[in-house]
Amino acid sequence: MDWLVLSEEEWVAVRLSLKVATVATLCSLPVGIAVAYLLARGRFWGKSLVNGIVHLPLILPPVVTGFLLLLTFGRRGAVGQFLYDWFAISFSFRWTGAALASAIMGFPLMVRSIRLSMEAVDQKLEEAAGTLGAAPLWVFLTVTLPLTLPGIVAGTILAFAKAMGEFGATITFVSNIPGETQTLSAAIYVLTQVPGGDAGALRLTVVAIVISFAALLASEWLARLAARRVDA
Amino acid sequence: MRLFVEVRQSLGAFHLDASIAADGGVTALFGRSGSGKTSLMRVIAGLARPQWGRVVFDETVLLDTERSIFVPPHKRRFGYVFQEARLFPHLSVRGNLGYGRWFSPPARDREDYDRVVELLGIAPLLDRAPANLSGGERQRVAIGRALLASPQLLLMDEPLASLDEERKGEILPYLERLRNETDIPIVYVSHSVAEVGRLADRVAIMAGGRVAAIGTPSEVLKGKLLSAHERRESGSILAGIVRSVDGQHGLATVAADGLLVAVSDPALHEGQSVRLHIPERDVMIATVMPVGLSALNVFEGVISTLEDEGSGVVRVCIASGDAQIFARVTAFSCERLGLIAGRPVYAVVKSVALAR
Repeated sequence: MDWLVLSEEEWVAVRLSLKVATVATLCSLPVGIAVAYLLARGRFWGKSLVNGIVHLPLILPPVVTGFLLLLTFGRRGAVGQFLYDWFAISFSFRWTGAALASAIMGFPLMVRSIRLSMEAVDQKLEEAAGTLGAAPLWVFLTVTLPLTLPGIVAGTILAFAKAMGEFGATITFVSNIPGETQTLSAAIYVLTQVPGGDAGALRLTVVAIVISFAALLASEWLARLAARRVDA
Repeated sequence: MRLFVEVRQSLGAFHLDASIAADGGVTALFGRSGSGKTSLMRVIAGLARPQWGRVVFDETVLLDTERSIFVPPHKRRFGYVFQEARLFPHLSVRGNLGYGRWFSPPARDREDYDRVVELLGIAPLLDRAPANLSGGERQRVAIGRALLASPQLLLMDEPLASLDEERKGEILPYLERLRNETDIPIVYVSHSVAEVGRLADRVAIMAGGRVAAIGTPSEVLKGKLLSAHERRESGSILAGIVRSVDGQHGLATVAADGLLVAVSDPALHEGQSVRLHIPERDVMIATVMPVGLSALNVFEGVISTLEDEGSGVVRVCIASGDAQIFARVTAFSCERLGLIAGRPVYAVVKSVALAR
């Protein structure tokens, strides 16, 4: 079973992928909930435009998304330069950039799932909460959000899985630097390009399968748990 | 307390143009579906903003479209019991009951909670999930939830409409206790003559978006304002106190408006104040004291008025004690017995017809 033992470099890639995916998912979750709420309940001019922009990463070639990120969030990009000058935050060629790219790619999946679940929440219950003295923010926190939980769980897991597998946008935006931006997928790709790298690629593939499967099972289990509470 | 509502609203072909003033006690909005009862209630609660309207509670202006005043529902402190219970599915019964207390001033204490739970008989349900409750239980929890938010006014929008007859009978006594034992004013929407007769102090009859009549239940729940079906349900309403109970036979004797009425209801207890709804169609008229009769209530009285409703039916009003008892008889019987105003007669009512 020796061939299953990961080398140090491979471990680094696995750990980096987990870190990037976790940070990307957790940071985009509040934004995802807010945007889903806006799309589910908001009535404003340009709603379909917002909806289109949110879904853009799903339909654009990932390389295009990565290039656009490079143009805006790169050191010389409009946003990137501002963030660096004022907050010393840099995305270019750093793991934070990989997290940003993964977050953007997973965002439509997350928003879609939360929005569907939110639209299914009975607004009559929110009305009832209002008559019991709950201000709109409290109604959202105590009624809407708990009842949206199954969608939030599903959306979070989907976004995490997407972030784990993200390749095109990441490699275009922040390149492929071992230990900094070389995620699991990038590492597998590199290994398949060098002679004798097949064994390493296979090991990482097994890891990828295990992580994905675990995420899937966790989402099923959590969704069932949440649904039981909501539908009960 | 005094509530004043005035609303003008056009929605397609439907025009709502109504104004209602309510003091303490139970004010009923009565009318068939589509008459604007619920729209009016939603304006009172702040769940709907009409094109033109004013809502004033005590001295506080809650809505005035002309001055752009609108107080949102959560600041009005009006409890609302909806037709469907609208319990929160993710909270237990206990959580649902406690929900309003998070947002209400902490003045009310623990005793209040126990009292409401006892009043509505929901103590055994506290740890259950709303999905595992029957329709009647759900509605009781919804009423408790509204009460525990310590409302200044309770709005009840056909709380019994979605229930079958048996469940209605299960909840009505709780509503009567609620009326008798709390001092919260109630606005109650219903299209059932019997329900309104038993609960309301005042009734506003709504038809086609307007208030057609307003008054005490016995004043307004009659005649042309009601549909043929509703008229069959209508009757006289007596308010009284239970004098004695015959547990063995499940019979209670109620002293009401100078009459002693035998009521078949094992749930009544001595000293309880009740309202009796005597359906007109269940009252017989005899010109001589009947004998050998199973009916327990025979009231001696004098015919005060006769109203020919057309289609061969006459509504006879009999003054007996301080009460007015209405009877629906055929024009044929009227003629045969020679019933005219001023004639002494006996009104016969079966105790079973008063079963509650």
